[in-house]
Amino acid sequence: MDQNLYRKRILVNRIGITLSMFAMCLGLFVLLWILAVLFKNGFQALDLNLFTHSTPAPGSEGGGLANAIVGSLMLVGFATLVSTPIGILAGIYLAEFGDTSKTAEITRFMTDIMLSAPSIVLGLFVYAILVAQVKHFSGYAGTIALSLIAIPVVLRTTENMLRLVPGSLREAAFALGAPRWKVTTQVTLRAAKSGVITGVLLALARISGETAPLLFTALNNQFFSFNMNGPMSNLPVVIFQFAMSPYDNWVRLAWGGALLITLTVLVLNILARVFFREKITG
Amino acid sequence: MNTQTADSGMRDTRLLQIVRKQRIQDFIFHKLTLSFSLIVLISLVGILISLAVAAWPTFQKFGVGFIWRVEWDIINEEFGAAIAIFGTLASATIAILIAMPLSFGIALFLTETCPTWLRRPLGTAIELLAAVPSIIYGMFGLFIFAPLFAEYGQPALQSTLGQMPLLGPLFGGAMNGIGIMAAGLILAFMILPFIAAVMRDVFEIVPSILRESAYGLGCTTWEVVRHIVLPYTQQGVIGGVMLGLGRALGETMAVTFVIGNSQRISASLFSPGSSIASTLANEFGEAADFHLSTLFALGLLLFLITFVVLACAKILIIRTERAKGLKT
Repeated sequence: MDQNLYRKRILVNRIGITLSMFAMCLGLFVLLWILAVLFKNGFQALDLNLFTHSTPAPGSEGGGLANAIVGSLMLVGFATLVSTPIGILAGIYLAEFGDTSKTAEITRFMTDIMLSAPSIVLGLFVYAILVAQVKHFSGYAGTIALSLIAIPVVLRTTENMLRLVPGSLREAAFALGAPRWKVTTQVTLRAAKSGVITGVLLALARISGETAPLLFTALNNQFFSFNMNGPMSNLPVVIFQFAMSPYDNWVRLAWGGALLITLTVLVLNILARVFFREKITG
Repeated sequence: MNTQTADSGMRDTRLLQIVRKQRIQDFIFHKLTLSFSLIVLISLVGILISLAVAAWPTFQKFGVGFIWRVEWDIINEEFGAAIAIFGTLASATIAILIAMPLSFGIALFLTETCPTWLRRPLGTAIELLAAVPSIIYGMFGLFIFAPLFAEYGQPALQSTLGQMPLLGPLFGGAMNGIGIMAAGLILAFMILPFIAAVMRDVFEIVPSILRESAYGLGCTTWEVVRHIVLPYTQQGVIGGVMLGLGRALGETMAVTFVIGNSQRISASLFSPGSSIASTLANEFGEAADFHLSTLFALGLLLFLITFVVLACAKILIIRTERAKGLKT
């Protein structure tokens, strides 16, 4: 027996496993580090003024992010309203009619690419087709850009969730004489409800932190505004401008906004997971 | 008798009417969902066309040579994409080189050695790394990471790798913290969860009979992963890495914060540079006319590059999953 060979194999194994644990620890460490930094800097900026005052002028003291928070909520809200029905209906097509059709196969492939496509290019696209035509930035343009990012997320989750619904459920409904649209909307979609909600939540989380496409579409607005047809203040762009600025007060507010966004996104992600787990166990 | 046939006749026509109505409803439902799914395709084609139209003046003036021109002079309107393309590729390459082994380690740990009860929380934690918005990575990189990197990371790299004959110049120059290297490092942690997720998925489709046979022969965990799992899932793993690459190429905000935003190419990875996405984010607000058209040209190039990379990634992943009969 060659003891050395065994010793070498065990050693190699130990090194490999240790390195893999190290990689895992490094990943966790970075996550915790980012969160710790955010909490430390963000909580200093977190007070009531943050929610009640608008963004301050350059160099001035005080102020808050109220206009940006409202703007972000409106942009994300409208984008969700636009992208949810489109995503779900398109997802239904891929899951229910998409097994045999070539169109569905291409759509599925393109959706997967859109999922990872650079969001800044989507912003450019909306700028070219909308902002450049009407010659001003607007909340609507921002909504369209965000919807384009959200649709693929909702679409693919809906499709995957509908595919998890057992075929026997569909067949039982067909056997009762129900037409296809009724089977899909009232049986399959209902069975996959929590999964579809997961998709919507994930899409919400994805677009809440998107900055790049908003730079070219909604831009920013220093004042409180509910006008979707004009430039709209929003948290990510405000954070971008304030963090890069030389004013301490602005940088402080940027950290506050960063904490708000990250908390929102993480809570949405965890909520999505809870919804999905309930579906699996329940 | 007569009334009976009349009755059933009436029932038949009523049934036929219902069936016809349902047929029409189903037809409409089919076309409706189809048209919504076509929105994705239309917008993709729309992106290509609108970017190409907006970029047309640039390509008309510089031709295809725009891609390899090393020039970015806004005042004299002399533009070339080479600087931005170099920054994009360099930062993405650094990111991939770091993220690939790390995500392999994480996937290995989560599928082979991690205790089952820990798998879900640890897996979720890594996925949350992907959920953190990119602007947060940017702020973190600029305010926290860059100063530390300038003080400890860069001197360490310069005194070790910087002394090697061929690699030396890559790690020379001033140490500001921000630059292409810093952008690559931040990108690495942003794309790590995506690569790790794909690797985990494809590792799990390896038939357990293969894995268990190898363990039964006395293989160590490392040998099972290295000689059984990895060869079986090769294409999927490469697909996952390319997916990460696609993400890294198009990442905007984090890179804009830390890359330094300077329009030149230098040998050192420590020096500031710019990527396609960061150039767009920085200059779009002040651009007009011809300058704007060049930015659209850059956007078009970025879209084409990422499209090709992502398409290859997707094909490789689909092939691996088909091998198992799991069609996505």
